[in-house]
Parts: sequence; structure tokens; C-alpha cells
Amino acid sequence: MATTLFILRRLLQAVVVVFIVTIVVFCLLHSLPGGPARGVLGVHATAQQIAQFNSEQGLDRPLPVQYVLYLGQLLRGDLGESFTLNAPVSQLIVQRLPKTLVLTLAQAVLALVVAIPVGMWQARRRNRPSDYVLTTVSLVLYSTPVFFFGLILIALLTQVIPVLPSQAPSGDTLAQVFSDPAGLVLPIVTGAAAMVAVFSRFMRSATLENLDEDFVRTARAGGSSMRSILTRHVFRNSLTPVVAMLGYYVPVLFGGSLVVEQLFNYPGMGLLFWNAAQSSDFPVLLGCVLVIAVATVCGTLLADVLQAIIDPRVKTTRS
Amino acid sequence: MSTLLQSTPELAVAAGPTGGSLAWRRFRRNRLAVIGLAVVIFFVLFCFVGPLVYHTDQTRTDLHAINLAPSAGHPLGTDAVGHDQLGRLMYGGTVSLMVGIAAGLLAIVIGMVWGSTAGYLGGWVETVMMRVVDAGIAIPALFILLVISAISTPHVLGLIVILGLVSWLVPSRLIRAETLTLKNRDYVLTLRAFGGGHTRAIGRHILPNSISTIVVSATFQIADAILLVAYVSYLGLGVQAPQTDWGGMLSQGLDAAYAGRWWLIVPPGVAIILVVCAFNAIGDGLRDAFAVRGR
Repeated sequence: MATTLFILRRLLQAVVVVFIVTIVVFCLLHSLPGGPARGVLGVHATAQQIAQFNSEQGLDRPLPVQYVLYLGQLLRGDLGESFTLNAPVSQLIVQRLPKTLVLTLAQAVLALVVAIPVGMWQARRRNRPSDYVLTTVSLVLYSTPVFFFGLILIALLTQVIPVLPSQAPSGDTLAQVFSDPAGLVLPIVTGAAAMVAVFSRFMRSATLENLDEDFVRTARAGGSSMRSILTRHVFRNSLTPVVAMLGYYVPVLFGGSLVVEQLFNYPGMGLLFWNAAQSSDFPVLLGCVLVIAVATVCGTLLADVLQAIIDPRVKTTRS
Repeated sequence: MSTLLQSTPELAVAAGPTGGSLAWRRFRRNRLAVIGLAVVIFFVLFCFVGPLVYHTDQTRTDLHAINLAPSAGHPLGTDAVGHDQLGRLMYGGTVSLMVGIAAGLLAIVIGMVWGSTAGYLGGWVETVMMRVVDAGIAIPALFILLVISAISTPHVLGLIVILGLVSWLVPSRLIRAETLTLKNRDYVLTLRAFGGGHTRAIGRHILPNSISTIVVSATFQIADAILLVAYVSYLGLGVQAPQTDWGGMLSQGLDAAYAGRWWLIVPPGVAIILVVCAFNAIGDGLRDAFAVRGR
């Protein structure tokens, strides 16, 4: 019952947050010099063209009225038209988003596969030299700009020892992207590196917390080996917060995809956004921001709900 | 009675140094944090004092000396328009450090005001204020920065303000949480009972008592801001030429990487990593020294 209430309250909160995000995006749209008309007509439109467009589109009406109209458009899935790519923004995003999702998912899986054992191992060897070395490595990885790490990988693996292609596979469909797996190696590894640093740090402290729990002492007293305690009890208990963390991590994942896609020319939403920023394609920029914000809110919501269902103690500590 | 004594500022100040020196002693024991402090001091000297010793021309281009490999005359080589890279590293570093540190501090100040106000007032005001924070966190900073830069080209001051405005959200959450635990302490309630105002309660009692949370969070904020400046400049949206910063120096990195001109990418990249690592290590050290939770 308490769990249901918690989930309902979080759901309501999420709706409110999305609502505030639409207000922020609406304000951004109207803070463009020349307003949304400039966004649609481009930077070279004359004042007269803008005035005509404004009266045609109802943009001379009071802002609250316009906001309601804007909200209505959004609810119908209408994000406006890109003026450089001659296509509806929603269509562009639907085309690009799956590719970004596949790439970030691959990065996250690789990062988890590396970070979980590393974090657990560090926790077991707490405060020994190997723990310090790995802590330092993850600090360095965390402090490394993703693009710099990518540049070094490109220089080393495509120029010094040319074993990999430097460009990600291009193409409109997912099948075309998958047709060149070698081209995906660098984008995936580059994006995963920073995540490994965060996840391993998190896994280390989650494992440490669990190692202090009574059930570990009981299992020890019952004669279980440390290895079996780690894999059978601690691992499962530490996994939930780490997986839930993926949910809180959605904005960072999108941020990373922006840089990685730009660096390797991977045709996802990050590259769409970057190109739009270069050409001041505001409908595309704001449409992407809106989609990412909604994805973030959903990620946080899912993570909260997941934790509340699996571990009822969450409700008392987080709200 | 003892709570009344605690709330007098003189005694609070007198008690300060003991707590501070204890924290300093604990901080000193963290080797990584001390190294971090040394690294920060080194880079501040390198960037701000270095140019007084090592003179280079960073405003004019020199087309007779482009893309030179490191040599005695140019210890770190030259770039595509003939700027000496060692001098450029100092010159760019001043912008990276200044913008990063100022933006980090601005973010903390905004977060402090927002978080303590929300936590102190409570009720629906708090709910609305914290949902605004949620909404802000839902829009990744890098994306909002790209949108803003498509609208206008920032100068150093503008860059600081914009970066500060997008990164105050996490500190505001931390400080709100801190305020929630502090606002019902006896010394705050006593002050209120004697007719002290809300501003005084927040400014003189709640924020000073959150100082450890604020300092730790500020250190991490600076680390993040320096990284963010690098991203923004790398994506070609930072300060404009002939000014530059470490991220800006890396924006021609792709060409350099293909051409094998490692001296154009390794020094600024390593400088960013070292400084960001250093601030993160200092933050870790301070957090342990003050026994603060978070991050």
C-alpha cells in the first residue's frame, strides 16, 4: 500500500516536472532574438517577414495563450519543422533516437561488465595498494573529457597502430549501422570509459556497505567462503542500486552521446543536435531538449520505482 | 542555556579554529588530497606567473612557424597558426581556471540561496522550488549550453554566468537537505523565539553551520565546471579567438590526431585531467576531513 502511494506520488511529481520543462523550453523559444519566427524563418529574415509570420501563426497573441497552443501542439506530437533538413522534427528524432539508444546501451553494458567486478574486487581489498591504484585510475578516467579520451584512442588505434576505422558506420537504418561492427568499437569504448569510473566507484561503496551487514557475518559464521558470500549475497544486494543508477544517469548518457557521436560521426541524435547547433536550427535543438528531458524524468521515475519495489526501505530515506 | 551560548557569534568564532585545525589535520593525512592541492597551486603559478617569465606572442599569428614539432625554441611545438604551445598552455589555462573557478563559485552561491530558502520555508513553496530543480536537472547542461551559444556568442564573463546558471542545481539539493536538519535545531528556534528574522536565521545560523557541505560541494563544482568549460570550448562554443582555453586548444585536436601532431592534443588534455583530478581529490579529502556525506 505504502509502495503504491509512493509510486503514485512520484508519478505526479514527474508530470509536474515535465510541465515545468515545457515552460523552460517555451521561454527559450521566445528568448530567441526575433522569437520563434526567427527560429522558423532563419537568421536572414527581415523584420517585415517576421511580423507577417507572427500574425499568421498567432504569435502576436498574449504569451499564456500561446503557451496553451504550444502545449496542444506538443500533445499531438508536433515538434515543429526543421528548416535546414526540410522535415518534421519529430520524424528526425524518431529516425535518430534508436541509433543513439543502441550505442548508449552498448556503452552502458560494457561499462557495467567491467565496473561491477572491479568495484567488488576493490571493496574486498579495501585500503590495500591495489585498491588505491584502481581508485586513482577511476579518478583519472572520471576527470578525463570524453572527447580527449576519444582523440587519444583515435591517434593510437587508427594512426600509430592502424587496427580500427576512425569513423563510425553511417547509414539511415540500424541494419546499416550494424553492418560494420569494427567501426562501432571506438565509439562504444570511448563512451564506456567515463561510465566505468562512476559505476566502479559506486559498486565499491555499495559492496563495502553490504559487507558490514549482519547477513554477511552470519554467513561467515556459518562457514561460507568469502567468494560465495560475495557472489551469492553481496552481489545481488549491490546490484539493485547500481542498475537503478542507470536510470538517474540518463542525462549523462545523452550528454556523452553528443560528444561521442560528434567525434566519430555516428548518425544518432547527438550528431543531429550538434549539426543543428552549428546551423542555429532551433526547432530541432528545442525538440531534442524536450525529448531528452522527458527521457530523463522517465529514467529517474523508473529508478525510484524499481528501488521502492525491490527495497521498501527506500521510501523512508528518499522522497 | 547552553544553546543560547552557542548562538552568540563570538563563541562560534572562538570554537572555529579548533574544528578547522582538526579538519586540516585530517585533510593532511589524505595523501591524494595533498597532492591535489599541490597540483592546483602549481597550475595557478604556471598560468598566472609563468607568462611573466616565459614571454610569447599569443595574439598575432606567425605563419613562418606553423605546426613545428617540439624543439629548444618551442618546448611544446607550435600550432596551425604558429602560436607557441607552451605559452598557449599558460594563456589558455588562465581562462580555463578563471572561468571554471568563478562558475563553480557562482553555482554554489545560487544553490545556497535557493536550497536554504526552499528548505527553510518548507510547504508548497519548497515543493515548487524543488520541482524546478528537478526540471533543470532533466535538461543536460551541455545541451542547454549549445542552445544558448546558438543564440549568442559568449565572452569570458558571459561564459561564467551561463555556466553558473546551469550548474547550481545539485548544490541546491544538498544545501536544502542540510537546511532541513538544521532549521529545527535549538539555536535556530531560540533565535526565532526571541524575534530574530528569517534572513538572520538563514544567514547567521543555517548557512554558517552548513559550511562544510558548502565547501566540499564547491570543490566538486569547480572540478565539474572546468570540465564543462572544456566541453563547451571543444564543441567550438567557448571564448573567441585569439583568446582560448584548454578545451579550445583541443578543438583542432581531430586534425592533429590524424596528422600525428601529438603536442597539440596531449599537453592541454593532460592539463585538464590533472586540474580536474586535483579538485576532485581535494573535494574527497575535504569531505572525509569534515565527515560530510554526499557524492
